[in-house]
Amino acid sequence: MDSLLNAGSPQAQAMQSMFFWTLVLGGLIFLLVTGLVLAASIRYRQRANDDEPRQIFGNLKLEIGWTIAPALLLVFLFGWTLQTMRTADPAVAATNQDPDLVIIAHQWWWEVHYPKSGVVTANEIHIPAGQKILTRFESADVIHNFWVPEIARKMDVVPGHPNYLWLQADQPGLYQGACSEFCGAQHAWMRIRVIAETPDEFAAWQQAQLQTPAAPTGDTAVQGQQLFQQKTCMNCHTIAGSGATEQIAPDLTHFASRATLGAGVMDNTPANLNTWLTNPQAIKPGSHMPDLKLSADEVNALTAYLETLQ
Amino acid sequence: MSRIPLVPESDIPLPGLRSDHGLLSWIASVDHKQIGIMYLLATLAFFLIGGIEALFIRIQLARPENSFLAPDTYNQIFTMHGTTMIFLVVVPMLLGFATYFVPLMIGARDMAYPRLNALSFWLLVFGGLLLYFSFVGGGQPVAGGAGGANGGAPMAGWFSYAPLSERPFSSSSGSDYWALGLLAVGIGTLAGAINLIVTILRLRVPGMSLRRVPLFVWMVLVNGFILLFALPPLNAALVMLLVDRQLNAHFFTPLTGGSAIMWQHYFWAFGHPEVYIMILPAWGMISEIIPVFSRKPIFGYEFVAGSSVAIGVLSFAVYAHHMFTVGLGHPFNAAFSAASMLIAIPTGIKIFNWIATMWGGKIRFTTSMLFAVAFIILFTIGGISGVTFAMVPIDWQMTDTYYVVAHFHYVLFGGTVFAIFAGVYYWFPKMTGKLLSEKWGKWHFWLMFIGFNLTFFVQHILGIVGMPRRVYTYPDLPGWGTMNLISTIGAFVLAFAVLVFIGNVLVSLWRGQPAGDNPWDAWTLEWATTSPPPVYNFEQVPPVRSRRPLYDLAHPDNPDWKRNR
Repeated sequence: MDSLLNAGSPQAQAMQSMFFWTLVLGGLIFLLVTGLVLAASIRYRQRANDDEPRQIFGNLKLEIGWTIAPALLLVFLFGWTLQTMRTADPAVAATNQDPDLVIIAHQWWWEVHYPKSGVVTANEIHIPAGQKILTRFESADVIHNFWVPEIARKMDVVPGHPNYLWLQADQPGLYQGACSEFCGAQHAWMRIRVIAETPDEFAAWQQAQLQTPAAPTGDTAVQGQQLFQQKTCMNCHTIAGSGATEQIAPDLTHFASRATLGAGVMDNTPANLNTWLTNPQAIKPGSHMPDLKLSADEVNALTAYLETLQ
Repeated sequence: MSRIPLVPESDIPLPGLRSDHGLLSWIASVDHKQIGIMYLLATLAFFLIGGIEALFIRIQLARPENSFLAPDTYNQIFTMHGTTMIFLVVVPMLLGFATYFVPLMIGARDMAYPRLNALSFWLLVFGGLLLYFSFVGGGQPVAGGAGGANGGAPMAGWFSYAPLSERPFSSSSGSDYWALGLLAVGIGTLAGAINLIVTILRLRVPGMSLRRVPLFVWMVLVNGFILLFALPPLNAALVMLLVDRQLNAHFFTPLTGGSAIMWQHYFWAFGHPEVYIMILPAWGMISEIIPVFSRKPIFGYEFVAGSSVAIGVLSFAVYAHHMFTVGLGHPFNAAFSAASMLIAIPTGIKIFNWIATMWGGKIRFTTSMLFAVAFIILFTIGGISGVTFAMVPIDWQMTDTYYVVAHFHYVLFGGTVFAIFAGVYYWFPKMTGKLLSEKWGKWHFWLMFIGFNLTFFVQHILGIVGMPRRVYTYPDLPGWGTMNLISTIGAFVLAFAVLVFIGNVLVSLWRGQPAGDNPWDAWTLEWATTSPPPVYNFEQVPPVRSRRPLYDLAHPDNPDWKRNR
């Protein structure tokens, strides 16, 4: 399960073990309190012939005891908190703010930039496993929150206030997450996929992403490419080599290489893409991609074209 | 001071609506008991509305990718659920109890400012109606349907984070209704706080020093001061938001030089003290009820009162634990983490004192006492999960998930609402002259206890496995559907328990047992008059020489004031 219980990085590991032991400790305190309440309830339940109990107004020693004991426990918890904060979110030095990865949150998708190589993609973040990736978070509109529980802390994505985080996954694999600050109509479908790969695989992926996609062959796909230019698609989307360069919406240069569409609302299959293009508002109501009222043929052509963008 | 007879004065305590000037004598009343009852009825109505909204939420989430509600509708409903429960239910319901019982408990004739008292109540009603009018009046269709507002109610969540709540992202006028409605409620609440503070400080019967006032009154006093200092930041922020939205200022719009984070500072500077505003009077109720049904005085009176003052002061130093993920730096987070942890000490003191009060007593498990004991247990769960949020690295994972939803429902429902029901069963006889049925009451209690835990316990686990809060739907990940379905079933059990309660109230009003002046053999002054109390409250206030004046009357040989003053 995609939970902090499967820690996949030293940072998440620190948070996980702290959470686990705190739950154990909290459980013990709960058992103590509940045990005392139940013991009092059973032992001192009124019986028919009871007289008035002894009237006791307090006990200073007890009061001091149950003030000092929790205080000592909290001193320990605070020290532990300070130490774990350093492991769970290592400081980003002021001199070291040249990020490997820039993530820009939009209503309701994630724009992903690799400034050192120039790769741009969306919603699916590839990283080399075992390396600390300095990540910068920016927002294009409202406040979002980047949360991939298995590998990193939550980080708010605040307009006008960039945040930094070391993103790291020890093992190759897929780590899922989601936006976790309410950000409007489609907050529910702003999911995140982090794909950690071996350094070789990552390099190969990056290389592939930098290629300009080959021109489509086949009539339908060519027709789809023309439609992409004629309809308003290119007013928002980029496809490298096609002349479409707007960055308002997800970069589609290597669209077909991604596993999901609509920031996780559907798997990226030709059938689903067809449904999506027919009317995105039926799948993700309120999203900023309008219903373009395309005919079935136009949808088929566009689907054929977009599927060539490996 | 001259009396101005603007209001038809009634000489019976609870005039029927059909009697001469019946309706007018309620609407125009400045009597704290009538206003208190109107507070309780109005907030009960809002509680039912907020509860129906909660059921809508749970139906939508009962299974993955459900389409019962459209996204915008869902977002409006959860925004209204939170706003209603906090601003129109929990806070004013506790104020309603305070309005009714504080003058009685201190032996006063009425509140210090009876007309201001009526204004506070009617501003609450007006603010609530304004907020709800947004469903019909707030719509503003957006061309093309994209980016859109298709309904009128606010939909930026109960804490309405900017810039989402600003005009570019919330183009319907829902957020304007939200801000205006809360301003009206907030001004009324502020007036109520001043009224309660002055009443408690100036109108106590001779002999009742501050060391002898009932703990409920102590908590209401501390609560009054928290309200006095916490509401101004909220009201200021609401005005700034309105100026942004209506006059294109940019306090909270980063794209034009404002700050999104500033809204959070203002809001939580109010919003966390608000949490204590919502729990302190409930603690006060528990501190009245547990001693009476354990037949012992409260254990450690000074420590229960003193720890509440400590919480009142600390409550202003902890608010930024709502902002640990904003990225304000480790030193900032560490400071607020330390202050937040400190809160656990005075809270723990109270829990241990309540248990020590039960210990060695002769406990009568009336429905009221059952709710009070369940309160201790459920509130402890909410308190412990609260400490986990003070530990910054845990907050970095668990905040804004269903774990936090579970946490605050354990505090506000398992805590405050259970305490309120304990208070209703305890004080209903005083207010109406009729006892609530214990048989119905036990059904109500057990259904509510089971329904509550079924609904909310599983949400801890949903949060741990990664479900964010405020999502209108969720992917079919392992276990998510089952756990959400359990929670939905629990919500319906809970709703049924509320129906049982309402049935109990109606049946008991109709043919409940007469209560008599002091059905529980309690010790504070509200029980020294008839049920319901006459318009002038007391024929004669008994002498107050200790914290339990009625105990002293009943035990002339062995009064409290000889042992403990």
